[in-house]
Formats: sequence, C-alpha cells, structure tokens
Amino acid sequence: MTLPNDPTTRTVRVPGTEAIATATRSSRTPVWKKLLRDPQAVITISLLVIIVLLGLLTPFLTSHGPNQTDLNAINAPVGTPGFLLGADESGRDIFARLLHSINTAVIAALLGTSVALVVGVLGGLVGGYFGRITQSATEWIFSLIMTFPGVLLLIILMPVTRGDYRPTMLIFGVLLAPGIYRIVRNLVLGVKNELYVDAARVSGLGNLRILGRHVLFVVRGPIIIAAAFLAGTSIGVQSGLAFLGVGSIEIPSFGAMIASGFRNLYIAPTQFLWPSLLLGVITASLVLLGNSLRDAFEGAKPKAARIGAAPSTERTAGADEAVDARNLVEIRNLAIAYPQASGGIAEVVRGVDLKINRGEVVGLVGESGSGKSQTAFATLGVLPNEAIITSGSIVFDGQELVGLSEARMRTLRGREIAYIPQEPMSNLDPSYRVGVQLVEGVRSSSSMSKAEAKDLVLSLLARVGIADPQRTFDSYPHEISGGMAQRALIAGAVASRPKLLIADEPTTALDVTVQAEILDLLRDLQAELDMAVLLVTHNFGVVADVCDRIAVMQNGSIVEAGTTLEIFDHPQHPYTQMLLGSILEEESVRADAPPAAVEGDTK
Amino acid sequence: MSLLEVRDLRVAFPARGFRAAPNEVLHGVSLDVAAGETLGLVGESGSGKTTIGRAVLGLVRASGGSIRFDGEDITTVSGAARRKLSKDIQVVFQDPYTSLNPAMTIGDILAEPLIVQGATGRDARAQVRTLLDQVGLPSDAIERLPREFSGGQRQRVAIARALAPRPRLIVCDEPVSALDLSTQARVLDLFVEIQRATGVAYLFVSHDLTVVRHISHRVAVLYRGDMVETGPAAKVTSDPDDPYTRKLLLAAPVADPRRQQERRLARRALMDAERTA
Repeated sequence: MTLPNDPTTRTVRVPGTEAIATATRSSRTPVWKKLLRDPQAVITISLLVIIVLLGLLTPFLTSHGPNQTDLNAINAPVGTPGFLLGADESGRDIFARLLHSINTAVIAALLGTSVALVVGVLGGLVGGYFGRITQSATEWIFSLIMTFPGVLLLIILMPVTRGDYRPTMLIFGVLLAPGIYRIVRNLVLGVKNELYVDAARVSGLGNLRILGRHVLFVVRGPIIIAAAFLAGTSIGVQSGLAFLGVGSIEIPSFGAMIASGFRNLYIAPTQFLWPSLLLGVITASLVLLGNSLRDAFEGAKPKAARIGAAPSTERTAGADEAVDARNLVEIRNLAIAYPQASGGIAEVVRGVDLKINRGEVVGLVGESGSGKSQTAFATLGVLPNEAIITSGSIVFDGQELVGLSEARMRTLRGREIAYIPQEPMSNLDPSYRVGVQLVEGVRSSSSMSKAEAKDLVLSLLARVGIADPQRTFDSYPHEISGGMAQRALIAGAVASRPKLLIADEPTTALDVTVQAEILDLLRDLQAELDMAVLLVTHNFGVVADVCDRIAVMQNGSIVEAGTTLEIFDHPQHPYTQMLLGSILEEESVRADAPPAAVEGDTK
Repeated sequence: MSLLEVRDLRVAFPARGFRAAPNEVLHGVSLDVAAGETLGLVGESGSGKTTIGRAVLGLVRASGGSIRFDGEDITTVSGAARRKLSKDIQVVFQDPYTSLNPAMTIGDILAEPLIVQGATGRDARAQVRTLLDQVGLPSDAIERLPREFSGGQRQRVAIARALAPRPRLIVCDEPVSALDLSTQARVLDLFVEIQRATGVAYLFVSHDLTVVRHISHRVAVLYRGDMVETGPAAKVTSDPDDPYTRKLLLAAPVADPRRQQERRLARRALMDAERTA
C-alpha cells in the first residue's frame, strides 16, 4: 500500500485564512450603557439617588430632630414657618421626620438585602457545586428556614432584638435568603456541567477560583436583579412592623409616620399622605428598576418562532413554460429573507434554481449557514413565520407552492411530500407511543380506519427493517435507539407513497454503522416507490453513496450543479474544488514518526 | 516507558434508583501513549471512548484498574496533586461553543491557566500573544469575546488554552466533529503542526475513522466498553483483523461515487456472510 506522505502539505489546496476577517466586532454593550438607554431605568435610578441624597443631607436640610416636639406646632398645617410639611400630633416636624425615615429605610434595605445575599449566595454556591451530601444538607437547612412564618417570627423575637430595627432586619435577611439560594443553586447546577468549567478544572484551577471566576459570573445578573426586589421587600417589612407599632417608637420610620397620620386622618389628612407617597415612590422605583435590570442583563425575550402559515410573498410573475413530464419539482430564482432587528431584511437564500426529476435523488450540499436547509424548508412550506419569500417560484408537480394556502399545503405535505428530520428523537412526542404517533400521521393524510392504519404501520415497520414491529409500535420514544427512531420516522414518511421525500441531514446524528443501514434503506425504498429524494447534507460520503445529482450551495446561492460523477470528477467552481479538496483522503495515513521517539527507539 | 499507561481501566456510573447495580461503561481497558505520539481512540456512541479521556483527566473516577502518567499512579489523585498534573495533561473538548466561558475575553481565557501556574500578569500577556500566533489567530483577538469567533476559530482558542502550560499530553475529545468540512482539515493540520513543534502527545478520541487515520500513529478501536483492536494506524484503519473494525471501516462512506459503490457492495457481502454464518 502506498502512503501519501506528509498530511500537512496536502492542505495547500485549501485557500487562506479561515474567515478570520469575518470575525465581526459584534455589539458588546456594557450593562450600564443599556440601562442608560432605558428611560424607566434612568428615571427610577435618578429618583432613588435623589431620595438617598436627601437622606444623607438631612443635617443640612433641617434643624429639627426626628423626635423633637414643639407643643405649639401640634397638627400644624403645611407651610407653617419652620414646618415645611406641617407637624404631626405630637408637634414633630413632618419634613424632618421624612428625611430621617429615609435613612432608616436605607439602612433597613442594606441590612436585609446584604444578609440575604451573603447567606443565599454562599448557600447556593456550596449547595449547587459540591457533592451530594453537602447538597442535601444545604437544601434541608434552607427548606427549614422557608417554613418559618416571617413577620410573625420577627414580632416574637422583639424581646431578643430589644425593638431595634437593625437586628430585626438582620434576621429578616436570613428569612429572605432561601429565595436567593434557590436562584443561585439552580444556576450553579446548570453551569457546573458546562465544558468550560471542566476545562477550568483541567487547567488546574481550585474549586474556590472556579466558583469565583466562572460560576459567580453567571449568577451575577440574576442576583443583582433579585437584590433590587429584596431591597423593596426589606423596606416594606420594616415599615410594616413600625406601622403595627412593633419595636422602638424612638426610631423615625415611614411605618411609624403612616400610623400616626392614620390616627389623625380626619384632623389632618396630609399627614398620612407624605410618608405613604415617599414610601410608595421608593418601593415602586426599586421594583421597576429590578425590571429594567432584568431587561438589561437578560436581553429582550426572544420571539417564539411559530411555524406554519404560508410566509408573505412578493412574487414575480413567472412565465409558464412547457412543462417537462419528467420534472417533479422546479425551483426558480428563489430568494428567502429574514427581517433584521435593525430594520431592513437579510437575504439567506438568493436566486436559487433547482430541478428535481421524478424518481431522482438530488443532494443539496453545503456548509453550515449556506441556506441548504432553508431551501428545503421552503419546498416543504414550513419556513418560520417571519421568513419572507422575496421572489421566485416553487412548482411541484405542476402546482405553484409559493403563496399556497396552509390548508392546501398541509394535504400536499401529508400525501405527496414527506419529510425526515436530522434529529429523529426530537420529532417524536415523548409522551405517546411510537405506533400511536405513526397511525395518527397515516390517518391524517388518508381516509383509513384505525385498524387499517395500524396494519399498514406494522407492515411498514417490518419493511424498514425493524425486527419486532409490534414491540416498537408499543414503545415510547425513549425506549428505542436513535437508529430505530429514524427507521420508524421513515416508515411514517413513506406510508402515503409520496412523490417527493425531503431528508434534512437524515444520518448526521447517527453512528456510522447505523448511517450505512439507513442509507441502504433509503436507496431501496426510493427504487421501490420510485420517489424523488431531496437530500440535504454536508457529508460528501453520503452524497457519493446515494445521490444521482448534486447542487452545491454557498452563502445562499447554488454555485454549481450537475450529476454526481461530473461534480466529483470535474468540479468547476472554486468553492466546490475547495470543499472536495478539504475532504480527508482515505489513504492519507499519518506517516511521520512521533517527534519524541525519533532519536530513541526505532521500532 | 510510556508517557501514559492505562491498565485494566474500569469505570462505572451509579444507576438511578435505590440499590440499583451501577452501570459499568468500561470493562477493563488497557492502552499506552508514548511521548510525542498520537493514539487515536475510535468507537461509536456508548463505546466508552470519551469516558477513557475523562478518567485520564480526573473528571470521572475509575472504579478499577490504574492510570499511570510518567511512571506515577494518578488513578485516584485529587485536590492539589491533581491540580499540579494540569501542567502536564490538558484537554480540547468537542464543542467549541460551550468550552469557552462566554463572559471572558480570549485574553483572559488564555491567561487563566498561566496565572494559575504562577506566571505574573505581564508574563501571561506576553505568552498569550505567542499562543495566539501558534494557533494562527490575530493578536487583536485578546480583547474579544468568544461569540465574535466562528467555530473553527474558537476551537483554535481552545487549543491555545490547552497549550498554555506546555503540557506533555493533550486529551482531544472529538475536537473537529462540530466543525465544517473545510475548517476540520485545517484544524487537524494545526494539531499535527503543533505536535511536531512541541513534541506533545495526543490521546485523540473520535467516532470518525478518517479523522483518526489522518492524525494518529496508532489506533485503538472500542466497542461497548471493550477494546477490540489496537495497532499501527495504517494497519487498523486499512486492513483490520477484528470483524467489528472491518464493519466500521466499510460503513463509513467514502467521498468518491465509484469507490463508494465498491465499498457498499463489500459491506453488503460482509453483512450477508455474517447473517448466514
């Protein structure tokens, strides 16, 4: 046997650098910039900053202490000299008390939130990252904390905290921690199995470093979002306790002020208004800020890609030409585009012409992103809803498919055009038996009775090489192998004896020995039923095995088409030549000796 | 003496359910990798090929047998001793999309293993440039995030990260199977080039015989947790002794319509012979 020498020299044929120039500097907007563009975030942050500043500047803004009473000013109205917002039932300056209450609220929020964050994040990291025993132990502890009745516990513990709101908020922080713990633990469980965490471990990083650098980074966003809500909750609970009169009455607080205003509601209604207003603005700002943070960190929610209904079209009138009787599918000048976020549209397929004759196997070959699957989906009529066929026509058996109603398309899809997918498992519903799903498919495209359909499915399952059809019929998808599932789907696809079978990378997810069997099966069925096959693939071996003709796609266009032998023997287009040149040759066995072994032993 | 010596390696994963028997995925596999050599590990899904690599890396625990690196038993090494090994044993994973932390710049990703090994920040930066150069990426990649690169380029970053501590062995777990055809060939060539320049050894795991043949000096074939054949790459991948290897070889379609037709007929003949036997 001849061993073509050095395998590295072979790739001289492969042109230049691998799209390094195309590595685009995609938008990498920092979170704070995104926030600055969001009016909701800008307004809420400004409000919160102003309020906190007011609190900090209290000594300069008022000469009244929070509990300083002036018996002459009892229930003084708004605008009384020295009492900007009036005074309360004890003659205390409401404006001064509001400013002091801001500080109370800020401290309460800081204490509650930071304790919740520290306890929750640590618990979540430990509980998510380490082994099973640690995991169940932390889970148990946090579940226990969750069972405590929060506010009630805080009231009961008043003798311990001596009515001071600060230790109360520390305890409340612990009670809030399970929420954070849950978020962090779930994120960590997800991240832990990421390959980059494995890679970090192999790089020699210790657990602490991995947690700090790789894991904590992922949970950062959700934690910041949760913190905004926690701050609001802490202020709310502190005020609520004060409103109930639990804790020291010495401490100025929105809750205490509202309670006092409440008692005086009929005498001086505005006393009730000011603290409620400020408390409302603070908590609402925190909640809205939390929402803005969520948008900034997690991005806008992706639109659900609904598949169905014929995509909108702007058709060019195609002149009717004499129809070739052998011709089954004729795609002319097809262009498919998607709307972009920036406005405008991006064409993913342009000017595609493709003919498929009856009983012919056509391979549509290309690398990822070449538009080969989009072309196949357009022929099936299952492009995503936002896709636009901007021009062109697809004529199937004398019938124009572009612009056809969904109902007509559906009958065609069931009976005359069939489809087998790349991932057989994801095309079977895991909660129904395989047989039931196949029978349903057969009955939706024909007028068979249930029993007839079942007999047909069983005979087809036997035909596609399943040894025990009844057993597969009665199995759930998870009980059968990938190869078996693909066979079952092929059985379903050919049940109506379709004229055209569209196979999208039908063997890519399968083992090579199974792939060979599935390709054999496809070839046999194709000959038996005289059906045309459009095979979408990136694998030239598969093409060489089953295809009569090939069309090569690159960047949305067909660059070359011809019979399989023509293309393999005399590729014309440089891209086809490059692709065929990149195929690892069968004979090229590595011939050079291991570098380190050269000087020493020669076996 | 071999650089890596795996003897009678067994790995079992705990089964779901109370007191269920553990599920053994490797039933005693032995292999050697010499310094500077590539051993290709071929097998289909469920053959245990990836598990061998992960056991060598210490990512799964062996339930039996031994793994020796450079004469030292590393079967149960963990903690600080395992971290020390990271200087010598590195990895390139299959999926270049999930094996790089999406939030870190390429520069940080590559500097991390260097800093762990004790390099200063400035040293690390300088070495990162050399590494990028070594794998054919422009040096302005340092400031960019993984998502700005194509699959092939990301895999180059992953290779650079593996090379950073100048290891003596790199476990390559299907490093080209997620890549496009034209990219695949170039990345494989890069592996060969690097091996020539640095003398690193590869344990190269793949389901694709053609890929393995291209890069390996020796090849081992696995089937359902057992090694069925091992030997020089040319022999195992062209004229195998074992019936399963032969089946595997004939099942892979060759990108040449005429030769594929011959191969298909040969495979059918083998299958028929198997059926009648």
